[in-house]
Amino acid sequence: MQHVRTSGSGDEGAALDVAGVSHSYGPKRALNDVSFSIAPATFTVLLGLNGAGKTTLFSLISHLYDTRRGSIRIFGHDVSRASGEALRRVGIVFQARTLDLDLSVHQNLSYHAALHGIGGREARQRIAALLDIVDMPGRQHDKARSLSGGQMRRIEIARALLHRPALLLLDEATVGLDIQSRAGILATIRKLVETEGIGVLWATHLIDEVEDGDHVVVLRQGELVARGKVADVVRTSGASSIRDAFSKLSRIEAAGTAEISP
Amino acid sequence: MSAPAMPEKVAGVMPVRFEKFGLGNYLICLKGVVLRECLRFLHQRERFISSLVRPLIWLFIFAAGFRQVLGVSIIPPYKTYVLYEVYITPGLCGMILLFSGMQSSLSMVYDREMGNMRTLLVSPFPRWFLLVSKMLAGVAVSIAQVYAFLIVAWFWGVKAPPLGYLMVLPALFLSGMMLCALGMLLSSMIKQLENFAGIMNFVIFPGYFASPALYPLWRIQEASPLLYKICLANPFTYAVELIRFAFYGQIDWLSLGVVAGCTLLFLAAAIIAYDPSRGLISRKQDTGGNA
Repeated sequence: MQHVRTSGSGDEGAALDVAGVSHSYGPKRALNDVSFSIAPATFTVLLGLNGAGKTTLFSLISHLYDTRRGSIRIFGHDVSRASGEALRRVGIVFQARTLDLDLSVHQNLSYHAALHGIGGREARQRIAALLDIVDMPGRQHDKARSLSGGQMRRIEIARALLHRPALLLLDEATVGLDIQSRAGILATIRKLVETEGIGVLWATHLIDEVEDGDHVVVLRQGELVARGKVADVVRTSGASSIRDAFSKLSRIEAAGTAEISP
Repeated sequence: MSAPAMPEKVAGVMPVRFEKFGLGNYLICLKGVVLRECLRFLHQRERFISSLVRPLIWLFIFAAGFRQVLGVSIIPPYKTYVLYEVYITPGLCGMILLFSGMQSSLSMVYDREMGNMRTLLVSPFPRWFLLVSKMLAGVAVSIAQVYAFLIVAWFWGVKAPPLGYLMVLPALFLSGMMLCALGMLLSSMIKQLENFAGIMNFVIFPGYFASPALYPLWRIQEASPLLYKICLANPFTYAVELIRFAFYGQIDWLSLGVVAGCTLLFLAAAIIAYDPSRGLISRKQDTGGNA
């Protein structure tokens, strides 16, 4: 098993380049020297158990927190130094539900469009088109409060796509949903990668959401323990399947890290 | 959920290029934030009713009861004796702004706990612009409440000079900005909604009672010189006086200076507090996730 590089990945053409990122909450270290990059138009799964640091990493990528150690670049734009340019290129679906329940679907989406400087007819057209994509046509006037968990997620995905990002981040997007909803959301996102060329970073602890052709990045207690294509991670971790590999890599006592060049 | 064919391109083709934001984009953003705040307010009817009932209780009951007890001598901007109801009306306008400012900060704490705040903070517009937009949205809602109160008061017989209703608008705006900025600053320091109630008690009630909202400062000075000094150090005192003078088409320059200065101070502090690289927010553990 190879060790991950501690320096930045230095991939200038990457959709997302995370280089030597560490983050602490007071004395508690949440991320330690994490480096990886994801290419445009690829589906990358960020795997980690609860507390592995996935949400912290998302907060850093989305500039909710400042990157104090290391750097994060989105299509070459440093998130700390040029956050506006970086954030224009990224759509985010947070783990927690972030729809305003008092407002309608259209009002929620219009608000997001405005936050990206998109208004009027253009916003309306994009909203209608995206509701088709997430299989909720004609639901503009439904109150967010009246939607099921799966439907809310679909609306949040539509919202994340409104400003036409080239990179989509989804943090535990299928948590709490039934199997059918999970499969539907996953299929839609994978299709976006294929047809629209969107790069996706899909954070989850649900191993059955990983497919053989995916890239994976595995975090354990804030440390990056493996990255690469699924088959390569399975092979280098000496496991029989990605489930087995994740289980091995997530153990606290597991030593060493694996890196497989894509 | 199925994965239907895309009716249009969603993402750009690499490399991604975006035009720089122009003034129009900024205005769209501002309009969106203000509209959202107004819609939220309209959807929360209880909030609207309570915001109206609170000052009206003071006007209908408190002022009527204390009219005979609390006489008001002729003090600027009044040129004659005024009814006690007339005297406390600017203070009640200030009270609406104070409660509303704190309410908007409460909603920011709620938004942060519920995760809605993130949708605002991950916007590509500058953080200071987003916070100012949020403040302006809060002020717009506050001013609407003040005018709703003034309409009811007018029917109750408490009337300002007709032009005063227009001339008070800038004073209401500036005072509202100051109080919203203060609320925003407080919201950055508070991690949970439960903690907010305590802060409210330490801000709203002392701020309101240690001011000329209910009684002239000369009366307070007679009663307690120390309390008088506290009143003079209270920014809300100057907001009330600014509003009072504006009703009569006058500018109290000291009040204007203090309110404008405090607005800038609180706003700058709030922007720093919400800055991910320097602020208080970044020092707190994320509430929405696991790590």
